[in-house]
Amino acid sequence: MSDAPASPPMIQIEGLTKHYGRTHALRGITFEVPKGQVVGFLGPNGAGKSTTMKILTGFVEATGGIVKVAGISVADDPVGARTRIGYLPENNPLYEDMMVEEYLEYIARIRRIPADKVRGAIDTAVARCGLQKVRGKDIGELSKGFRQRVGLAQAIVHDPDLLILDEPTTGLDPNQVVEIRNLIRELGKEKTVILSTHVLPEVQHMCGRALIISEGKIVADGAPDQLSSDGGHIDLVVTGKRGAPDLAATRALLKALPDVAEVHERTTGEKDALAFSLTTKGSADPRRALFAALVDAELVLLSLDKKALGLEETFRKLTTAEAGKAEHADHPHSKAA
Amino acid sequence: MHNTLAIARRELTSYFHSPVAHVVLAVFLVVSGWLFFYFSGLLIVGKASMRGFFALCPLLFMLFVPAITMRLIAEERKSGTFEGLMTLPVAEHEVVLGKFLAALSMMCVGLLCTFVYPVSLALIKAPGSALDMGPIIGGYLSAVLLLSSFIAFGMWASALSKNQIIAFILGLLLCFALWIPDKAILILPASLGAAVQYLSVNYHFENIARGVIDVRDVLYYLTVTTIGLVLTTRTIAATRQ
Repeated sequence: MSDAPASPPMIQIEGLTKHYGRTHALRGITFEVPKGQVVGFLGPNGAGKSTTMKILTGFVEATGGIVKVAGISVADDPVGARTRIGYLPENNPLYEDMMVEEYLEYIARIRRIPADKVRGAIDTAVARCGLQKVRGKDIGELSKGFRQRVGLAQAIVHDPDLLILDEPTTGLDPNQVVEIRNLIRELGKEKTVILSTHVLPEVQHMCGRALIISEGKIVADGAPDQLSSDGGHIDLVVTGKRGAPDLAATRALLKALPDVAEVHERTTGEKDALAFSLTTKGSADPRRALFAALVDAELVLLSLDKKALGLEETFRKLTTAEAGKAEHADHPHSKAA
Repeated sequence: MHNTLAIARRELTSYFHSPVAHVVLAVFLVVSGWLFFYFSGLLIVGKASMRGFFALCPLLFMLFVPAITMRLIAEERKSGTFEGLMTLPVAEHEVVLGKFLAALSMMCVGLLCTFVYPVSLALIKAPGSALDMGPIIGGYLSAVLLLSSFIAFGMWASALSKNQIIAFILGLLLCFALWIPDKAILILPASLGAAVQYLSVNYHFENIARGVIDVRDVLYYLTVTTIGLVLTTRTIAATRQ
């Protein structure tokens, strides 16, 4: 009886699959989210982010696998699991003809908040989401930013343990995006949050962990910084002691360095100089070897700039694996041409 | 029950905010009012009964019920609010029952407005003559029962399509299918015809509207309504696949 862990993970997904007819939307997804974590769910459109969220919230049933929310199986006790979740669906559909107040009251009632606490719960949600000014307005009259706040307010009115937000910032203007991000970060301090997005900086701003999903599979899982620091670029500009150095020889020299994976030529405005962009192997740092090699070859370094591979590029690398191969085959020398 | 009532409440608010529901109710009252005076024989023979009005109720409801039910589920599926609804901690049958109650209340409001007719009959009847209340009470009871069965099937139509126009036409066809077996007696041999006729909402409607309340007729309506509600629930549950 008591051998169950004191608090099960907030989300537990094992071998989750989903077929829509012949389409395989999810091909065996496994991950766990402990209590209190803020997870960014990344992936191109159609990768399976929304499907996973729809299964977690019980809107769609899984084809196979185990899905548990706070230890409650979504398949066995869908209503029980749903009580633990606050959900903001993609595009945030709302009843346009209801007043904000009316709508939140309806949600509070269905969420089984005791009658004497409904007022307080709505006041709290309204205050947290900054809806004081529009409480009495019809939802249909609100701006997109306010609508999004209403969507978030209905998701937190019952103070759930888990917030599931499907593309919470899509379609908002830059100011609204910042507001909603701050709001989510605030909520993330006390709740477990899983949010999907294809805006990568968002993950670095808000999430302690990123999950990258592609074609129905998880292709990366880790802290956003960790995912973004694997591999990197070094941009450099070199010149010879007397006039321009030989392109082929310099290229060969760079290519021969132990931790350099690729060498690409860049254009430069500097006179008699050559510019290159190096891709490093893994997280290795070839700068010392590079400098020594240049000195030996009597070349002068005009500039050197090391850049970590951004989350953006990691994402592109992981989610376009197939497409990437085709691209390389097509124009391997496009940069040198 | 708590969830069902919460959903019914929201749905009713939505009806009263919606111009469509108001228009449908207004047209219903105009048409039924005209039918009442035209077919009651009031102006011609001076007899005071609502027979003519109730006899036309099935046809009237066949048109107006699908107009009220077409939005119930189709609208939410089209606008996307269905996802919010289906991820709330409520069971499918609670959603269906809540929406059913709201539509029934809405139609009952319309029916309530027609109380003007029996009241005016009572006022203008020839002095000394009696207004037979039996058929009027029976008529209203059977009207509510008929509404339930039509609403249940109209709602099923709304669950079957995201398009409200299609939901309306489908609802009309389903209500028609519930009504038409009554006419089977005209083309089928007597014994078979009687059996088929028994399936018709119209047949039972006329029984109760005569003022004779038979448990079998009431049970018939409750069964038809339940079938409609179960079909709707199953169709909604299937959207999770």
